Amino acid sequence: MGAAFEQDISVVYLDDGVYQLKKDQDTTDSSIKNFSPTYRALASYGVEKLYVETESMEDRGLSEQDLIVPVKMISGAELTELMEQQDVILNY
Amino acid sequence: MLHTVNKSPYEKSSLDTCLRLAKQGSTILLIEDAVYAAITGSSLESKIRQASKRYEFCVLGPDLKARGLDEAKLIDGIRVVDYGGFVDLAVSHDRVQSWL
Repeated sequence: MGAAFEQDISVVYLDDGVYQLKKDQDTTDSSIKNFSPTYRALASYGVEKLYVETESMEDRGLSEQDLIVPVKMISGAELTELMEQQDVILNY
Repeated sequence: MLHTVNKSPYEKSSLDTCLRLAKQGSTILLIEDAVYAAITGSSLESKIRQASKRYEFCVLGPDLKARGLDEAKLIDGIRVVDYGGFVDLAVSHDRVQSWL
């Protein structure tokens, strides 16, 4: 949404949010729509700064190779600073 | 920065995440079911006491009252604010982050 207004967007996935980016999601047997491939389209909407918090990944036994899109891994301490740099923060 | 948290700490991890990531010196306002975190005698009390060295905690009075919680049972140092106080906090901080 922010990208539509040509804002400088960073997207951070943390806690269970990291599961959104898990690759190989397959909903064919559960008759619900699989939205995960749409994350690959983010770059074409100008959303290029994708971050994942390292601690959230480690807690869940995930590594960068488990994700559907390339991301930058950052620590909680780095995320604290990243949040301080933003004008507006929206949590989902 | 002002952080608001609205989920019970016994149901969701958003308060934990806020405490993990909020910068030292931030203000954390507990609203809705998050006010349960402000009460003494709970399993969370020591964690909140520890965190109150790094943050200023506030709690929304009407949300305590609505849940039958006694202000006298609040963990020391947690400040009760009313709706006007909530507005004052939002105005006096440069940004607000709502943990959901």
